[in-house]
Amino acid sequence: MSDWGMQKAALGERLAAGRQHAKGKVVPIPSLPAFLKAVIRSGDRVCLEGDNQKQADILAAALANLEPQDVHDLHMVQSGVVLPSHLDIFEKGIARRLDFSYSGPQSARIARMLFGRKIELGAVHTYLELFARYFIDLTPNVALIAAVSADKDGNLYTGPNTEDTPTVVEATSYKNGLVVAQVTEIVDKVPRVDIPGDLVHFVVEAGRPFYVEPLFTRDPAAITETQILTAMLAIKGIYAPYGVRRLNHGIGFNTAAIELLLPTYGEKLGLKGKVCTHFALNPHPTLIPAIEAGWIDQIHCFGSEVGMENYVAARSDIFFTGPDGSLRSNRAFCQTAGLYACDMFIGSTLQIDLEGHSSTVTTSRIAGFGGAPNMGSDPRGRRHPSEPWLKAGAEADPDSNAALRRGRKLVVQIGETFGERSAPLFVERLDALDLAQELELDLAPVMVYSDDVTHIVTEEGIANLLMCRSKDEREQAIRGVAGYTDIGRARDAKLVEQLRQRGVIRRPEDLGIDPLDADRRLLAARSIKDLMLASGGLYRPPSRFRNW
Amino acid sequence: MEKLSFRLTAARSAGGTRAQAIVGVVASGNLEVLLERSHPADTCTIDIATAAHGFGAVWDAVVRDFVARRSAGGLRISINDGGARPDTVALRLAQGIRKIEEPER
Repeated sequence: MSDWGMQKAALGERLAAGRQHAKGKVVPIPSLPAFLKAVIRSGDRVCLEGDNQKQADILAAALANLEPQDVHDLHMVQSGVVLPSHLDIFEKGIARRLDFSYSGPQSARIARMLFGRKIELGAVHTYLELFARYFIDLTPNVALIAAVSADKDGNLYTGPNTEDTPTVVEATSYKNGLVVAQVTEIVDKVPRVDIPGDLVHFVVEAGRPFYVEPLFTRDPAAITETQILTAMLAIKGIYAPYGVRRLNHGIGFNTAAIELLLPTYGEKLGLKGKVCTHFALNPHPTLIPAIEAGWIDQIHCFGSEVGMENYVAARSDIFFTGPDGSLRSNRAFCQTAGLYACDMFIGSTLQIDLEGHSSTVTTSRIAGFGGAPNMGSDPRGRRHPSEPWLKAGAEADPDSNAALRRGRKLVVQIGETFGERSAPLFVERLDALDLAQELELDLAPVMVYSDDVTHIVTEEGIANLLMCRSKDEREQAIRGVAGYTDIGRARDAKLVEQLRQRGVIRRPEDLGIDPLDADRRLLAARSIKDLMLASGGLYRPPSRFRNW
Repeated sequence: MEKLSFRLTAARSAGGTRAQAIVGVVASGNLEVLLERSHPADTCTIDIATAAHGFGAVWDAVVRDFVARRSAGGLRISINDGGARPDTVALRLAQGIRKIEEPER
């Protein structure tokens, strides 16, 4: 006869072992090493909460301090590989296999370790995809998470950076896994219950806040005139004609420029209320002038942003906030919103090939995807109509029966033809292909696939790929906005001119954009200080962004 | 410092009546463009002094496109370049044409 309670029994053993080092649910910091050694088993699947922003840094350091003879062969399943300790765990031989989404600050080291076979790579996921696998075939045995405060029963308050926590806890705790939370402080009553205490087995009082990465702060002082020109092209050539009201922005300077042009250039074009009213977006500081000018109706957030806490709390008409007043973010819900309820994704990339595949992987850096491939893809399960979605669908397939025609999500890649250190944005062959070959991966890590991307915007113009009718047209449309890169200079000038006559390629002069307007004076804020002033002092920029 | 010179036939002559215009500044990654109305209406010359060596082919492509796309006839253009990227050069040239077209006040 089968025993159907083996997982519950195993959890019971872990709980009993953990209680040896705890007082109720509370594990004192000095006992943390012995506690982790007692509750984690070699070969466990472990989610060490590394989110896009919030990091369970105390638990990460403690895990990295274990000895590989005690604990080894862990399989790490976490969305963000952000802290050095996340990779120390592999360097020391405590963990072996990794499934993740994003590795921004560790992108160079993770590439070296993959090449050095220090890490056995499962896959690079988009957030929503990794979360989905938490419930199917990557369910954690142990989750090490981060929150702002806990009560003695384990009820957790996550504050503005809730991010991945509800998803991680749901998958772990309801499937007989162990949940351990690091919290800044233990209190009598938490300001709001973000995670119910029944699901949390142990808490560790860290005595200081968890680390948060300020990922979404772009200093307006660093925005160039080329980026302003490119932003004007996007606003006048895409936002306006499609009437894009529901959207997600990437985190680069190009979209920061768009945000800062809404109250100036957008206002001049009469677009207020007609575009950019609803966002799935982190609280970008560069959005403050547009919010203050009444452009935005509503924003749902994946996470928070350092320094934006008081501003968000004071703008509950715009943001989702809890009874305690502070932001409620949730990465899984916001990614779902970005996938199904937004009509456009616009973001930057590092490399685009002649078919329109794009990737942020270069041979020396594996930054992962984060949410971009999810937001930057056409959801085949969508059924509700909207003006931009229907218009894009009609452009792609003008001759079919309108009532049976799928709409299309606008997936826009934006950037200057030459990026950092003058690296060309357009390439014959993606570095991702070489990486896949070297690491013997089945799939090259492509961020946005060619058949999802609808527009490419550079300072030279907009290429509308929906209106291309052949592979050749598509290639020339891409070459036609590739500027003076090798790809751009090898264009078929006659075919590019024909595409321009058909409106497949549109240049600044075709849209009546005056190059003299590409001036920093057009930005609604030209410095971090301007953003702070625009917020009435509510935005408190982190010290590294202050120069006054 | 590398010096490059181009003499091109222009299909359209520059608009407006201003004798000269200047845009941009000489700085790293930036450039200064001086435009003077001093040639026959079908001719445009461009003299470049650049801090970045070995980009002659890119300059050639940028200035030929510029003269083909914009109304540059009659202009003598002098460029002091601090190693600007081609997109910045193209933007400054376009801005220069707009500036010399502007009505005099």
